Amino acid sequence: MTEEAWTDIGALNQIPRRGARVVRTARGCVAVFRTADDRVFALEDRCPHRGGPLSQGIVHGTSVTCPLHNWVVSLETGEAQGADEGRARSFPLRVEKGRVWIDLAALVSSTALEDATR
Amino acid sequence: MQHIHKEAFDADVKPAPRRRLVIIGNGMSPGRALEKLFEAAPEAYEVTIFNAEPRVNYDRIMLSPVLSGEKSFEEIIIHGDGWYVKHGVMLYKGHRIVAIDRDARTVTSEHGVVAPYDKLVIATGSTPIVIPVPGANLAGVLTYRDLDDVNAMLLATKSRGHAVVIGGGLLGLEAAMGLKEQGMEVSVVHLMPTLMERQLDPPSGFLLEQAIEARGVSVHTKANTKAILGTDPSAGPPRVRGVLLEDGTELKADVVVMAVGIRPNAALAREAGLTVNRGIVVGPDMGTSDPDIFALGECAEAHGQCFGLVAPLYDMATIVAAQLVGDEGAAFNPSATATKLKVTGIHLFSAGDFADGPDREEIVLRDAARGIYRRLVLKDGKLIGVVLYGDVSHGAWLFDLLKRGADIADVRETMMFGPGAGEGAPLNPTAAVAALPDEAEICGCNGVCKGKIVDTIKARGLKTLDEVRANTKASASCGSCTGLVEQIIKLTVGDDYAPAAVQPMCGCTKLGHDDVRRLIVAKALKSIPAAMQALEWKTSCGCAKCRPALNYYLLASWPGEYEDDSQSRFINERVHANIQKDGTYSVVPRMWGGVTSAAELRAIADVVDKFAIPTVKVTGGQRIDLLGVRKEELPAVWADLNAAGLVSGAAYGKALRTVKTCVGSDWCRFGTQDSTGLGIKLEKFLWGSWTPAKVKMAVSGCPRNCAEATCKDVGVICVDSGYDIVFAGAAGLDILGTQALCHASTEQETIEIIAALVQLYREQGRYLERIYKWAKRVGASSIKAQVVDDVEKRRALYERFVFSQRFSQKDPWAERVGGKDAHEFAPIADLSSAIGQPA
Repeated sequence: MTEEAWTDIGALNQIPRRGARVVRTARGCVAVFRTADDRVFALEDRCPHRGGPLSQGIVHGTSVTCPLHNWVVSLETGEAQGADEGRARSFPLRVEKGRVWIDLAALVSSTALEDATR
Repeated sequence: MQHIHKEAFDADVKPAPRRRLVIIGNGMSPGRALEKLFEAAPEAYEVTIFNAEPRVNYDRIMLSPVLSGEKSFEEIIIHGDGWYVKHGVMLYKGHRIVAIDRDARTVTSEHGVVAPYDKLVIATGSTPIVIPVPGANLAGVLTYRDLDDVNAMLLATKSRGHAVVIGGGLLGLEAAMGLKEQGMEVSVVHLMPTLMERQLDPPSGFLLEQAIEARGVSVHTKANTKAILGTDPSAGPPRVRGVLLEDGTELKADVVVMAVGIRPNAALAREAGLTVNRGIVVGPDMGTSDPDIFALGECAEAHGQCFGLVAPLYDMATIVAAQLVGDEGAAFNPSATATKLKVTGIHLFSAGDFADGPDREEIVLRDAARGIYRRLVLKDGKLIGVVLYGDVSHGAWLFDLLKRGADIADVRETMMFGPGAGEGAPLNPTAAVAALPDEAEICGCNGVCKGKIVDTIKARGLKTLDEVRANTKASASCGSCTGLVEQIIKLTVGDDYAPAAVQPMCGCTKLGHDDVRRLIVAKALKSIPAAMQALEWKTSCGCAKCRPALNYYLLASWPGEYEDDSQSRFINERVHANIQKDGTYSVVPRMWGGVTSAAELRAIADVVDKFAIPTVKVTGGQRIDLLGVRKEELPAVWADLNAAGLVSGAAYGKALRTVKTCVGSDWCRFGTQDSTGLGIKLEKFLWGSWTPAKVKMAVSGCPRNCAEATCKDVGVICVDSGYDIVFAGAAGLDILGTQALCHASTEQETIEIIAALVQLYREQGRYLERIYKWAKRVGASSIKAQVVDDVEKRRALYERFVFSQRFSQKDPWAERVGGKDAHEFAPIADLSSAIGQPA
């Protein structure tokens, strides 16, 4: 087991409700979502369908609709919903005192983050 | 060499190791076999697939729509990567198997992967036949088999040159029409006297030839190819330049597609010592001469026949799956198959045996004026052949009679007119669907049969079309089977299916668009949460369909009061640029009436250089499109464009896009009015307003109509006496000429009428409904009555439009350059230094 390495990425209220922000890494982007009821989720910023940036989608309930071809992806599991099949990696997040923390170790150990420069 | 053995299982913890199933080939038949296998016994086998094509399983039947541009490759994928992961299938993409070792029970791929098997399925498919004429191996001679072929053809179409398709069968004609759609000059060369002679009798083959020629493809029947001609080798590597026929005719060709038939790929099986005739010989159990090896698909030869249409291949797949789970009685019995041609606008259906013969009777219906031909072939009181051309709606019912070998004595007189025609009752489409057997394929795109839809509806208690789409994928792709699917729902759930007298806006509500709009105004609902609460939304915060619609309805109903909810807008309208496939954006500045200047062009050029924008393109609406801008750089790009006076062109918006113009009386010797000036005035008046869907306009200076105003949402054609206003045209998914709205004598009157028309559309149009669809739904006469005839109503509409414009004519780019929504354009955190490149 790798040790956890929690890093502060910003304040909760920097992320719009029913919206997302992006955390950039040298291996691609992570989308950090905030639901209407202030829950936060992190997924790799790539739709399992064609790699669309999920951070740019419309957030509804605990799902996001990909802006490219309207796949609906669960924020909780990263799974494509309905009859579509595929999964975006998800990463653990923590909210403490209005700040959002992400586990660097989980990001580093993931093979999912590929270099998708944009 | 790599070996792919799993670690030995710990016998105390794990059950006996699963048997190993290796499949060579990843086409549609093995895909179907695996679906059936996983349904019956998900854990029975550990599955490994070797696919010579470097991709997942896709719907080969739908390659023609990909070629014609109606579908993308992604839309025809049957099993995405996720499917293989979910079922624990090891898929080797781009691995051709080079040897089967039956003693060691292993297969070896060209890259040296060795996989052991307990059961092996050979599904190597077939290879297109290349006729051995001189020049057959020249560059530019293609076949039509897989996505690579389609891509090669699409590349060739870029030249907009000449194509010759050799072979007037199903595939050849689909290839020809696809190439024609892509703008090539196409000839079809066919050896036989009529097209598709294996599926069509000569009369329908002739009708088909006429229809193909009417679409601009020239057809040469009884034409034998003598040689394919190449370019002069001294002028570089030779490539195809033409096709020479036996009779001396020479056809020009920049690309030649051979579609004359297929040959089963049986070499691998032959080398392994299996019995091979034309294809790999299998028994009724689909087993080859080795009891542990099955053959499946186009490479297999069963009952002395090889098969190429999907239905028998899927039947084979079902048998293989049944045999794999131990159902030794499962046997493949080829039944009649039906053929449809997938060319938009040409409807033909054929099934069974329709050759003439002394022991046969036929019933024929011809309606030459309507292009209808139907022929039923009977033998011994049974239907054995069907050919339908023009109207194929009864194809499925007739095909079922044929397959069942039903006694047709009772329906003989009326069967030509479909089920129920004999009872004197009007034709009932539901009865036709009820008559279909469970195996009848309903959704060709996704290969969903009636039984599957009925079972899923029952098992999951589905009641709506959307639910059925989400759970079965039926009608989820091209949608042409939507009517059938609705009938099946009706049949299965009876009265529980409210056949959408009102189609709900989405799964979040029972209300249709019109009710939602009406209630927003009637109940004075002024926010999305308020509307969802009052209208009893079923979800906590809607979905990606209803939220943008609600946002628009609220915005249009309460100008100046409703605060736009950017989180309910599609990304393009949220960031005022168009998202591209790679996540970058395109930027289109407004060019009023399509007119620009040296200063604007210089500013655009400077922006392109400064931000290294990869592509600059002129749009169809007389604007300049800057493609490939990174999201973070959008505000800086806009700042520079703003500085030169350029504002957002709203190329991303459900809004006024462009007013295209010709040069009009300022320059043109035919111009009757200042069309450019009127276009600019219209655009300056209308820009910024949000509409249900995009709005494109044009003003032409004379009836020669160089601005193509007659296929726009709203168009103006200038004439000596003033301005003819036309509307409700389309030139996209649908193509439709405009209809006349009225004549106006002054520019001011023209602008007032058009503004009133747009306002009526804003108030009545359903979200995403273009003007032509709105006009069709409410009726052009009702629109004319309010916008033209009733001057008071027109004035009121115009004033409501003017009022709402007070709140919408702010350049969204300038607002964002000024700092609005800054969070949209910057990452919340940059961990690039903490998480480096992978090692």
